[in-house]
Amino acid sequence: MQIFINDSAFEVPEKASAEQALVTFGAKPPFALAVNGQFVAQGQYQHLALQDGDRLDILSPIQGG
Amino acid sequence: MSDKLTIYGQEFSSRLLIGSALYPSPKCMHEAILASDSEIVTVSLRRQNSRAGGDDFWQLIKDTGLTVLPNTAGCHSVQEVLTLAQMCREVFATDWIKLELIGDDYNLQPDPVALLDAAEQLLARGFKVLPYCTDDLVICQRLAALGCEVIMPWAAPIGTGKGILNPYALQSIRERLPHVTLIVDAGLGVPSHACQAMELGADAVLLNSAIAGANDPVLMAKAFANATLAGRQSYLAGPMAVKSTAVPSTPTLGMPVWHQFNE
Repeated sequence: MQIFINDSAFEVPEKASAEQALVTFGAKPPFALAVNGQFVAQGQYQHLALQDGDRLDILSPIQGG
Repeated sequence: MSDKLTIYGQEFSSRLLIGSALYPSPKCMHEAILASDSEIVTVSLRRQNSRAGGDDFWQLIKDTGLTVLPNTAGCHSVQEVLTLAQMCREVFATDWIKLELIGDDYNLQPDPVALLDAAEQLLARGFKVLPYCTDDLVICQRLAALGCEVIMPWAAPIGTGKGILNPYALQSIRERLPHVTLIVDAGLGVPSHACQAMELGADAVLLNSAIAGANDPVLMAKAFANATLAGRQSYLAGPMAVKSTAVPSTPTLGMPVWHQFNE
């Protein structure tokens, strides 16, 4: 199935977990995850089964005012 | 004399909060932050692999050992704020959140109505909310009534450097909310603006562009630190009363006699 991570398309197995998606993307700590605009806590990565078309945002620290 | 800035029970010696964005280089950012004597630095979150930021930036901030204040800059809805705030809490390991919720893209003015909703929901989720708002007294009162111990009205729109557009409004907020920690955020351009904010009774100022955009950000950081302290000392000292007519400062008693003959 196809998911989108930070607006780029990725192919992952059916019912892939959020954790698998993070590995596919190559996410580097520190980061936080949102799926379809909803925050997903670290402890949920293994248990959250993704669905086709899900949109993931992986965010990391940046300068801010 | 102990004169501490209090933010949700934590005490700080510096009354200047500094942003980490827009500097010519990470090295310059680091030096300017240190030169400012600030103890609190603002940060944010963006998509990984985006051009700005990265590991080097975050390591530099961590190495300062300063308190970080993450923001929700760029959010246009309550849901966006809630999601980004929770992500910030996890990454930065702090309950503090600088609540930014933009209502108008032209002047980046906070949405006062949605801001109240967002603040209420963040407080209910255990966040210590520092809301960036306009200088509307009633909005500030409502935010305080919700439980915000810190209120951060703007001086002028973000990044304009115009200084305090409405001193009366800020003074009114100070007078009507004497127990709230009042931090003037955004729109300050030069150190005298920070000094004025402190003289009006602000507990602190938060700024970024005015330092990062200076020709010499490190020197400007020092200037803002001095101005902020001067304004605070002026407020505590209590200024003289303004008069409408001239009053001589040198005693008139004992004037020499020739003065009378010259008239």
